[in-house]
Amino acid sequence: MAQAEAVHHGEHEPTTTGLNHRKLLMWAFLGSDCMFFGTLIATYLVYKNKSLVGPFPFDVFDIPVTSVSTFVLLMSSMSMVMAYAWLVRGNMKGFRIWLASTAIMGTTFLAFQVFEFYEFVHAGLTPRTNLFGTTFFTLTGFHGAHVTLGVVWLLSILFHSFRKGGVTPEKNLDVDLAALYWHFVDIVWIVIFTVVYLFGVFEGFPNPPMSGPAPH
Amino acid sequence: MSEENTQQVEGHGAPEAVGAVHTGHPTPGTYFKVAMILSVLTAIEVGIFYITGLSYGIIPILAVLSIGKFALVVMYYMHLKFDSKIFSGMFFFGMFVATGVVFALMALFSWFLL
Repeated sequence: MAQAEAVHHGEHEPTTTGLNHRKLLMWAFLGSDCMFFGTLIATYLVYKNKSLVGPFPFDVFDIPVTSVSTFVLLMSSMSMVMAYAWLVRGNMKGFRIWLASTAIMGTTFLAFQVFEFYEFVHAGLTPRTNLFGTTFFTLTGFHGAHVTLGVVWLLSILFHSFRKGGVTPEKNLDVDLAALYWHFVDIVWIVIFTVVYLFGVFEGFPNPPMSGPAPH
Repeated sequence: MSEENTQQVEGHGAPEAVGAVHTGHPTPGTYFKVAMILSVLTAIEVGIFYITGLSYGIIPILAVLSIGKFALVVMYYMHLKFDSKIFSGMFFFGMFVATGVVFALMALFSWFLL
């Protein structure tokens, strides 16, 4: 399997594990990014319902709108994996169409997020308003930054693919790594959508006692 | 599973090169099916959210649905089901540490003493 992995990407450098170093590094990075988002989600949860002043989650969250943006991001993950599949099969036109679709859907998701932030600020919620605002904007803001970086990465690959020999079916590792990153931001959002949005608005969700560090 | 594990390059004019080897990755048809399942699970999540009668039962249901979506993307779109176990180890080590941090902090802030 390891040897097939190396051959699959058209690279033959000998490695201790038989696996491509760049891909191994990407998985190590994704593992560390899990810890990064884990701390942000944990911080959001421990300060949940500890804000002394509003707006609170149920005042500002619009679940139908966020559901649509979640659907868009899920579909972008499908188009990303389709782009990779088409590239491996040597269909460059299909690859470019799916890749461009992924970037467009990523941009659409970001537009939803900007719209949401704009609405929240108009409702009086900023990162300085209360603990909910601070933890929410930090968590979703960092996720949005990851998506933005992903869109830039995908567009750079798209433009690079028009150069002769830039992206070829034999040299598909660059696309594979970008795809892994893109799917990662998708799975992070799957968790955020459930933990922050759905649990955030659910009235019966348990409130932690007012102990620990004093809220502002 | 034999249907999913396809030989790459099926008459798309790709060269018989290193990129044309068997990778064991799913077909586009499988990717589409996974996308449909993900869409349905998201719709169920949102639908369940509006069922007020479930009360606290909503928490495990939403958690299971979310874990299911997470697993589908990781296994099929990120190819962990088909790639080296070392990749899985690198990723899940980070994920388990992250999960531990979340529960440790929640315990530290008395979340489980309700």
